[in-house]
Amino acid sequence: MSGDRITFLQHHRIRLALHGLADGERGDLRPLLLLHGLGEATPAAVPPHVEWPGPVVGLDFTGHGHSTIPTGGGYTCEILVADVDAALEHLGPVTIVGRGLGAYVGLLAAAARPDVVRGLVLVDGPGLAGGGTEPGSPSIVAPPPSAVAPPDPFALVELARDPRPPSYVQTFVRFILEESDLVDPVVVDTLVRPPWVQAVASEPGVAERPLREALGRYAELD
Amino acid sequence: MGGDTGVGDGMEQVTYPGARRPDRRRRVDSGGVSISVVEWGEPNDPPVVVAHGGFDFAETLNVFAPMLADGGWRVVGWDQRGHGDSARSELYSWDADVRDAATVLASVSADPVPLVGHSKGGSMVMYLAATMPQRVRALVNLDGLPSGAGMSDVSERERTRSIRGELGAWLAHRRSLVGKERRPGTIAELAERRGRMNPRLSPEWLRYLVTVGAIESDDGWRWKIDPTMRFGGFGPWDPDWSMRQLPGVAVPFLGVLGLEPEVMGWGTRPEDLDRYLPPDARVVALDGVGHFVHIEQPRRVADLVLEFLS
Repeated sequence: MSGDRITFLQHHRIRLALHGLADGERGDLRPLLLLHGLGEATPAAVPPHVEWPGPVVGLDFTGHGHSTIPTGGGYTCEILVADVDAALEHLGPVTIVGRGLGAYVGLLAAAARPDVVRGLVLVDGPGLAGGGTEPGSPSIVAPPPSAVAPPDPFALVELARDPRPPSYVQTFVRFILEESDLVDPVVVDTLVRPPWVQAVASEPGVAERPLREALGRYAELD
Repeated sequence: MGGDTGVGDGMEQVTYPGARRPDRRRRVDSGGVSISVVEWGEPNDPPVVVAHGGFDFAETLNVFAPMLADGGWRVVGWDQRGHGDSARSELYSWDADVRDAATVLASVSADPVPLVGHSKGGSMVMYLAATMPQRVRALVNLDGLPSGAGMSDVSERERTRSIRGELGAWLAHRRSLVGKERRPGTIAELAERRGRMNPRLSPEWLRYLVTVGAIESDDGWRWKIDPTMRFGGFGPWDPDWSMRQLPGVAVPFLGVLGLEPEVMGWGTRPEDLDRYLPPDARVVALDGVGHFVHIEQPRRVADLVLEFLS
């Protein structure tokens, strides 16, 4: 298959766009789910560096791409985790590649469904750092007025400042390591290492290897 | 003192002594979300802005706010998004709530205004004061000072299990929401359901609240609050993050604690606050009073606030 086929999933009041990017020569293999970074959207085609023999799909987060732009903001990473969960409910078992913000959200989603997320690779992308390890000075964030077009400006200001304490992230990585039956359920392939990524990478049992190699190994698994 | 007469089931008259519905209503727009603002008292009196707690709504102030109004204040309240008569939105968050609050505040006065908040509203007004200190004249926090008192003796293993449970419960909640509506019932049934979260409040008060916080249709009454709202949640939140707003407060500060522990409260004791208090802060701890200090003891708390603001 070439081009983009969109399936819409309902997450409460949000309509999420799930893009089918490729069928792959191994149609029986679980899909690879791409999670984009902050302010991005699912790419129009499978990027050349992403090699997966099975189907490839991409989810547009709330306020991004072809998904609903909500009124008046109110974004949290926890809502995006539920976006991913809606996709998991539809897709069943997947392997995930998460870019930037999508890496963080993918990690929490994998912790929630360690039996459904079969392999997760964290790669660089927008929104990787979040708001640091704890809240900064209190501030009221409002985006400049702009045309209603994706990405939602509220998403850009609100999702760049959530605290990501390493101890909190560690809890979720350990869920995955305890519950998953994979040898390497989490792979880190980021050059940039904000504290939460360092916490993930330093957890015994988390692998570090290039995306291509990580996907090659995950594709060998049932 | 004439009580408000609400509209009840059939011929039933639902009243509550001293309750007075707002004198004026208006709406403000916060990024496209329509927020309901209510006011009690003379329009030319000095304003005080009051923030309700989570799962409450502005008209839970129908006894407390008129007491402040009768004390010479223009009392301004609002329904947080998804609560009361404000619009429901797709998303809810702390950032969105404080942005809505700042929009309401901007609609009240260009001069610094005293802020009063209960529970979550107490944390909100402290946050507002930290973000725009020049707009705030004084702060009153009604049992909205979250301490980690109840969390400190929880083991790491239990904490981990609880975080995992919260994540699972959150996703189960989100999956259950498509097409969800609030369950209809009689006034007595809605009052009884709310009583589980407000076990210290009288059945008479809870029945009155139904008539101002719920709407009636053919199959019964439904609370106005968005069924999306959920008690609890998950996220990397630490009570200390909220308390950090306190030491830097430069305006007069009054904290009121209800010492009777209950499900919606934090269980914060006066000694938990000592190290956070700014100079000249005043804390009043009320024995035998629960989390809803201004509803259980409206006269006593209104007098404390009136004296503090005078």
